[in-house]
Amino acid sequence: MSADLSVNIAGVEFKNPVITASGTFGFGEEYNKFYSISLLGGISCKGTTLYPREGNPPVRIAETPMGILNSVGLQNPGVDEFIDRHLPFLSQHDAVIIANIAGSTEDEYVEAVRRLNGTCVDMVELNISCPNVKEGGVAFGTKPESVEKITSAVKKVCEQPLMVKLTPNVTDITETALAAEAAGADAVSLINTLTGMRIDIKTGRPVLHNNIGGMSGPAVFPVALRMVWQVANKVSIPVVGMGGISTWQNAVEMLLAGASAIQVGTACFNDVFAPLKIIDGLRKYLDENGYSSVSELTGGVEIW
Amino acid sequence: MAVYQDDFPIVSAEKLSDTVFDFKVSCPQLASDAFPGQFIHVICSAEKLLRRPISICEIDKTNSTIRFVFEQRGEGTRLLSGKKAGDTLNILGPLGKGFTALYAYDSAVVVGGGIGVPPLLEVAKSFNGACDAILGFRNSEAAILIDDFFDVCGDVSVTTDDGSLGTHGFVTDVLRKRLENDPPQVIAACGPTIMLKNVAALAKMYNVDCYVSLEERMGCGVGACLVCACRTRDENGDIKHSHVCSDGPVFNAEEVAF
Repeated sequence: MSADLSVNIAGVEFKNPVITASGTFGFGEEYNKFYSISLLGGISCKGTTLYPREGNPPVRIAETPMGILNSVGLQNPGVDEFIDRHLPFLSQHDAVIIANIAGSTEDEYVEAVRRLNGTCVDMVELNISCPNVKEGGVAFGTKPESVEKITSAVKKVCEQPLMVKLTPNVTDITETALAAEAAGADAVSLINTLTGMRIDIKTGRPVLHNNIGGMSGPAVFPVALRMVWQVANKVSIPVVGMGGISTWQNAVEMLLAGASAIQVGTACFNDVFAPLKIIDGLRKYLDENGYSSVSELTGGVEIW
Repeated sequence: MAVYQDDFPIVSAEKLSDTVFDFKVSCPQLASDAFPGQFIHVICSAEKLLRRPISICEIDKTNSTIRFVFEQRGEGTRLLSGKKAGDTLNILGPLGKGFTALYAYDSAVVVGGGIGVPPLLEVAKSFNGACDAILGFRNSEAAILIDDFFDVCGDVSVTTDDGSLGTHGFVTDVLRKRLENDPPQVIAACGPTIMLKNVAALAKMYNVDCYVSLEERMGCGVGACLVCACRTRDENGDIKHSHVCSDGPVFNAEEVAF
């Protein structure tokens, strides 16, 4: 008998632990041309704000050794259009729908999340870690007090289980994780991108028009793994691990470090089938090693 | 519209100039589905995470091949240029909106600058001779595909920045005369942004429809990550960010906020 790939995170049932990461997978429409998005455990939608945003001027992407920097700046159609235009498509498919919500003020976060009430969104991921917008975003995510304040404000109005997405650009990520938990978060997801920079030596200007951007891709995986392990050892709510996962082996490592599920992002730019290959690889690994359920891997690392 | 990601064999890999390479890949699915002006997203090497977007130069439905011509600009395209016939390439495509709006016209002028010239070849072919070409290059060494355009176009004008081949000057000098004397129904242009801006301005001045193919640094290539933003105008004239990979690369020049 094949191992059970399903996981339950904060009461939400995922048929497998592979979720596509916010900002890399749109609202699922584009990749559904390659395969049915119903094969995925879940989809974390593009970061959405109360009002539409045009994002940052280009250039918005720079390549780094086995990684990228991006500075999209939360370009999105706004929460109302997300509900009207994109949710109907997502609701026709069998993947957990995670709305990723960002904002410039606490009121914007609260109002955007409130508008999701009564919709078919299964879970809310609170994006307090976007490094690419001038106001809000990461400003809410770097201090435990502000994490606690915004999490509890949103939690009061949020009907769905609430997952808080943490920034790695802090001294001790366990402090912000514990603050989110204390404020009522049902899960945490980490890591968002690491702030970085490239300079074009021909022009003397930063490659990114925003000067700095968020780094992702295989290069950040060891950092992400370490942070997930640290957080999973401190909090008692589920941890969703992400950051540079591009193979099923990376996914196994992330689960062993303490993640209950994983998100795959930048890997899709290289291989649109990466999430499916990870699901298949996980299944084979579990079967070959005698596991009956993927959740047996979570936190299974044996520390020296 | 179908889109594919797979490994395809390179059937020929030639060098057109010091920095420009000409590859043909056997890929029946892409060759049957692609339109002029669409692009492919190519893995240059296992060392490079991001694919490189490259416009399709020719679609050969009979032999099931796609031809693309690219310039070696950085490390990724340098690695790609080292591939040989018989190697395989991982290609995602065909992607983007091509020059399909041109199907509504009977005759055209294509205006290309430098590495913007290749995607116009398939466009020119689609007019069955009712198309002229104005092609600009830095100098004679950088000139590419001129014979290919002579094979499919009525008239071909070449300009170089230094006068070492054809007319000394810019494509817009030749285009201006053409618009004064014998304006075409439509213009299709691809090349440096400043060239596109000037071509678009001339087209507007002479009231000729114009479509331009834009370039921007790209991530996913399929419209999901939103990094390849370009400035366009909406129906009210307000500036917005469209995306080269999914809204383009071909835009009506009137929409583009250069």
